[in-house]
Amino acid sequence: MMTTAPMIAIDHVSKIYNSNGSAVTALHDVSLDIAPGEFISLIGPSGCGKSTLMRLIGDLDQPSNGTIMVRNKTPERARLDRDYGIVFQAPVLYDWRSVQKNVELPLEVMGRAPADRHARAHAMLKLVGLQDFGDSYPWQLSGGMQQRVSIARALAFAPSILLMDEPFGALDEITRERMQAELLSIWGGAETDTTVIFVTHSIPEAVFLSDRVVVMSPRPGRIENVVTINLPRPRDIVTRESPRFFELVTEVRESLRES
Amino acid sequence: MAVSRISSAAPRLPRTTQYAFLPPVLTFLLGIGLWEAAVRLFNIPLYLLPAPSGIISTFLSQPGYLLRIGLYTFGEALAGFVVGCTLGTLLAAVCVRFRGLADGLIPFSIASNAVPIVALSPLLGVWLGATTAASKIGVVAIMTLFPTLVNVYRGLTSPHPDAFQLMRSYAARQRDIFLKLRLPASLPYLFNALKICSTLSMIGAVVAEFFGGTQNALGVYIKSQAGILRLREAWSGIVMACLLGITFYLIIVALERVFMPWHVSFRRDRP
Ligand SMILES: Nc1ncnc2c1ncn2[C@@H]1O[C@H](COP(=O)(O)OP(=O)(O)O)[C@@H](O)[C@H]1O
Ligand SMILES: [Mg+2]
Repeated sequence: MMTTAPMIAIDHVSKIYNSNGSAVTALHDVSLDIAPGEFISLIGPSGCGKSTLMRLIGDLDQPSNGTIMVRNKTPERARLDRDYGIVFQAPVLYDWRSVQKNVELPLEVMGRAPADRHARAHAMLKLVGLQDFGDSYPWQLSGGMQQRVSIARALAFAPSILLMDEPFGALDEITRERMQAELLSIWGGAETDTTVIFVTHSIPEAVFLSDRVVVMSPRPGRIENVVTINLPRPRDIVTRESPRFFELVTEVRESLRES
Repeated sequence: MAVSRISSAAPRLPRTTQYAFLPPVLTFLLGIGLWEAAVRLFNIPLYLLPAPSGIISTFLSQPGYLLRIGLYTFGEALAGFVVGCTLGTLLAAVCVRFRGLADGLIPFSIASNAVPIVALSPLLGVWLGATTAASKIGVVAIMTLFPTLVNVYRGLTSPHPDAFQLMRSYAARQRDIFLKLRLPASLPYLFNALKICSTLSMIGAVVAEFFGGTQNALGVYIKSQAGILRLREAWSGIVMACLLGITFYLIIVALERVFMPWHVSFRRDRP
């Protein structure tokens, strides 16, 4: 079904953790190809290896077996090329930096000129609707606003791959649905086609956002099923209320139950 | 709602803490009053405990002299403080780079809290000269080194693992990880150490002078006056030591506010 060369090729990957004597198989023989510009969700119960898979793709950890190739490079090469923008469940903003300076952080580390990074960070804050909060400090913002800053920061250097580990997990349901819609408009409006790997616990969230939902199961962590979400884009509240949406939610739920 | 919180972003003390100094001040004044009353009521002899009024009038009869010898001792305290805190901070940075060193040094440094380092004074007197400033500076430097090392090391290693992962994903250099993450994260811990060490250093310098020092030193003055039972004079020296110690502490607190206006303890709306 893949027509273009994959952005990310995951080939028979396993990950075994050795924690105080006993070996834990976090991932067992996982294979998956992800197309450029694709929005992929990883869903499954706690401990099924979603975060582990994301961390292996992002070179925050290395597989025990198998290989991962990112744009025909090793994950390490891709990381050194700054191909990854990461958003965690907690916003992980630096307390001592203003919102503007937090978004500028990756640009500073990457050695961009001050004028350039200022303009770029401002544009990113505008994208997430926080252009008036550049001089505020993280603790002055609500949880949802903080997470938007963290998304702006991840997008600041225009990475080709966005890795998001339960980014909306700590938000209330109303804020969460608004953030999902915002994420889609940011992603659709990004200048390059950004590939997104999105880890979540929420079935409707996965269905609403994704091109494909990867259903995982635990002990050992593996891919149970991949559900293609053929809902038209752009998606909005009408999408959420369509019969097809409910069918897909049911399909994902059934896959999870079988796991 | 969020917007109204933003508009009051300037660090200003919450209403309730504007008068927070009142209870301790009142308690202090009450204590002094009771002391004065007790001395008069029970006719406590001068050589046991002078009345506060006597101490204050003795203090006021020679404030210039007390300040001069006080500043001499404060100079020793400050020099030892600078040496100890600088070495402690540098050692903490080295410990972050070489974790093996940290594993050896940090438990030892924590344990040193329980060791009365002032007791080393006579030894330092032997090594560096009993009456020299160097032996006092040495005591203070040793006293302040370990708390600074322990606290700053904790601060440098305090960021959440995700904050480091973020830097890793930017392919950040070690230098940037240190300067843009570890160092700012360690500031609250550093200032905590400096506050502890400001009081420790004044205590260290005065007590070290009890074991010998030049005539123009506050510790020597307190000890010699107490030795000839001139207790009002001895107490007025103690008062000067307190004033200098408190001033030192308050200067650190002021610097803390200048360098970390973002820190949680200065926030108007605390969660
Ligand atoms: N650093 C680690 N050391 C040891 N075990 C780990 C580590 N990270 C994850 N695991 C284990 O691997 C499994 C998968 O974890 P994780 O990928 O975090 O799951 P998920 O994100 O789906 O909840 C769990 O059983 C977890 O305990
Ligand atoms: Mg996880």
